[in-house]
Amino acid sequence: MLVEAGAWLDHRLGVGASIREAARHPVPRSSASWWYVFGSCTFAVMVLQFITGMCLATVYAPTADRAWQSLLYLNYNQPLGWFIRALHGWGSNFMIALVCIHLAQVFLFGAYKYPRELTWTAGVVLLLCTLGMAFTGQVLRFDQDAYWGLGIAAAIAGRTPLIGGRVVKIILGGPIIAGDTLSRFFTLHVFVIPAVLIAFVVLHLFLVLKLGINEWPMPGRIVRRETYLAEYHKMVTEDGEPFFPYAAQKDLVAIGLVIAALVVTAAIMGPIGPNGEPDPAIIQTVPRPDFFFLWLFSAFALLPPWTETFLMLTGPVVAIALLFAIPFISGTGEKSFRRRPMSVVLLVMTFMTIGILIYLGTYSPWSPHMEAWSGTPTPVDYVRGRTPLELQGAILIQAKQCRNCHSLGGRGGMRGPALDDTATRLTPNQIVRQILEGGGNMPAYGKNLSPAEVNALVAFLETMHPGDEPPARSSINPAVAPSY
Amino acid sequence: MNEAAKPLSRPALAQPSRRAFLLRLGLLFNAIAAILFAIPVLGYLMSPMRRYAWVSWISLGKIEDFPEHQTRLAIYRNPYTKPWDGKTANIPCWVRRESGAIFRVFAINCTHLGCPVRWFQESGLFMCPCHGGVFYSDGARASGPPPRGLYQYSHKLENGQLWIKAGQLPTLGEPLA
Ligand code: FES
Repeated sequence: MLVEAGAWLDHRLGVGASIREAARHPVPRSSASWWYVFGSCTFAVMVLQFITGMCLATVYAPTADRAWQSLLYLNYNQPLGWFIRALHGWGSNFMIALVCIHLAQVFLFGAYKYPRELTWTAGVVLLLCTLGMAFTGQVLRFDQDAYWGLGIAAAIAGRTPLIGGRVVKIILGGPIIAGDTLSRFFTLHVFVIPAVLIAFVVLHLFLVLKLGINEWPMPGRIVRRETYLAEYHKMVTEDGEPFFPYAAQKDLVAIGLVIAALVVTAAIMGPIGPNGEPDPAIIQTVPRPDFFFLWLFSAFALLPPWTETFLMLTGPVVAIALLFAIPFISGTGEKSFRRRPMSVVLLVMTFMTIGILIYLGTYSPWSPHMEAWSGTPTPVDYVRGRTPLELQGAILIQAKQCRNCHSLGGRGGMRGPALDDTATRLTPNQIVRQILEGGGNMPAYGKNLSPAEVNALVAFLETMHPGDEPPARSSINPAVAPSY
Repeated sequence: MNEAAKPLSRPALAQPSRRAFLLRLGLLFNAIAAILFAIPVLGYLMSPMRRYAWVSWISLGKIEDFPEHQTRLAIYRNPYTKPWDGKTANIPCWVRRESGAIFRVFAINCTHLGCPVRWFQESGLFMCPCHGGVFYSDGARASGPPPRGLYQYSHKLENGQLWIKAGQLPTLGEPLA
């Protein structure tokens, strides 16, 4: 029955033979490895994203006044809505992770070299599409982070020379972040980027089939334009195996494991957000992007200000151009990572840089703790047995918001140095100068403190030294008491 | 496929025959049609770029609502809105009344990357929660990564009310007037 139906269809479509041929195309025996499963896994998760995305679109309200409520409805009222949201949110994280592993593997194995340059190029487009989906998806999770994330995007775009203001309005769809902005990102996330994604996935897979799967790189086996195709042909005809089932079985196992892991993760971790309502009038907010853009957020905090505009605008362009250029820079030669030390170093350094920036971003030491001044207690040891003047200083440290940027006993902001051992580093005169004039990353407090208050602050800070370390003294005239 | 197509198309293009003429005409028509189609589509998508009158005067309330030597948060409804903008069109700003008729009205957005700055009355500073930018009470840059002081709205006092010229998100490319 099934066979007959298949035959009936194939008689009209006539694609059976080519599908069979594609499935059984010979692959190098060495490439049926567990290292080669990540592309297929990414593809599988992408298909899941399409399915859960369509499910979400049946309930999500893509307008600025309703989107946030519809997310809450999905989380709490819609049967299994929480789980579909969890699958979609974690699916996005999985997909980014898999794309990165796939990219690293392809890079290490030299799979982008001749004749597979175009496959790599299409893959870079797919990477950009994935990141584009992640960013637009984060905007559709229309909460405070989404709102201020758009603000950050607008602020970066606004730095474009000459046309900055106009670029901002095109991105936002209007003069402010509002209904038109969400609709624009909805269109990108649901129509534009998926269309590009599908087109390039087709191209990517077509090229993989046409050019064959990359063989396991052997040190010393050099890629030459003149001979590679013949060598590869010889390899797969003499020592090849049919893709199905020889390589496909490992793909299938890996896909099954990844999907199971995704379902379990989603079930345990639950949906991601939304956090607070996207009401710009709620300014008690600490905007943070999702982890895959956290490293950019960190980089923007750490870049020296004079390089900032230039690097923000040109950095991504240069990085993307370099990614595209890799197969044209080194299209031939050694494939094995054992013979490409610089490539390995480059890859490790890139991943380490991004990893460290993400780690820094998770606790953002450069961000003041906006509630520390009123909400974080003073360590008891720092106020025990102190004079009234010193206690007055301890109160001022809190009341003047010093604690938002300076920690005491490990608690408080980390923007400035911890105050626990200030006295060992600065003499009283230096403390006064620093408070009144600021400097480094500190504002000048001169206008906002009375001399009596400065006096109290210095008295307190002078007690800030470990018991066995004396406070710093001026080397010029150590005997003279501070005067102000 | 390729071999079959080549001998057919080459002579067809080479000869000034009716077929070649029709092919060129077809290409020309399609090029014109594509342009006719693309212009309105691009115009539609790029329309926010055109300079509409986004900005207009709006009242922030009675002058007495803003005590002297104080900085207060004020919230206004953006003059250009759509019915489905919801709360996103409620824009906050900081109003500083130095004394008497001397006001300063600051945008909420940090000049670094647009995060909402918060006013701390005790230390007389605006602090930014994102990367630790700090501004003095007059809006001048105090420290941190911001490249300039806070954006300021133009304002006027009329009929006992404080008016500001508002309507667009301030950025370095287009700071408020
Ligand atoms: S956005 Fe304010 S310091 Fe970066």
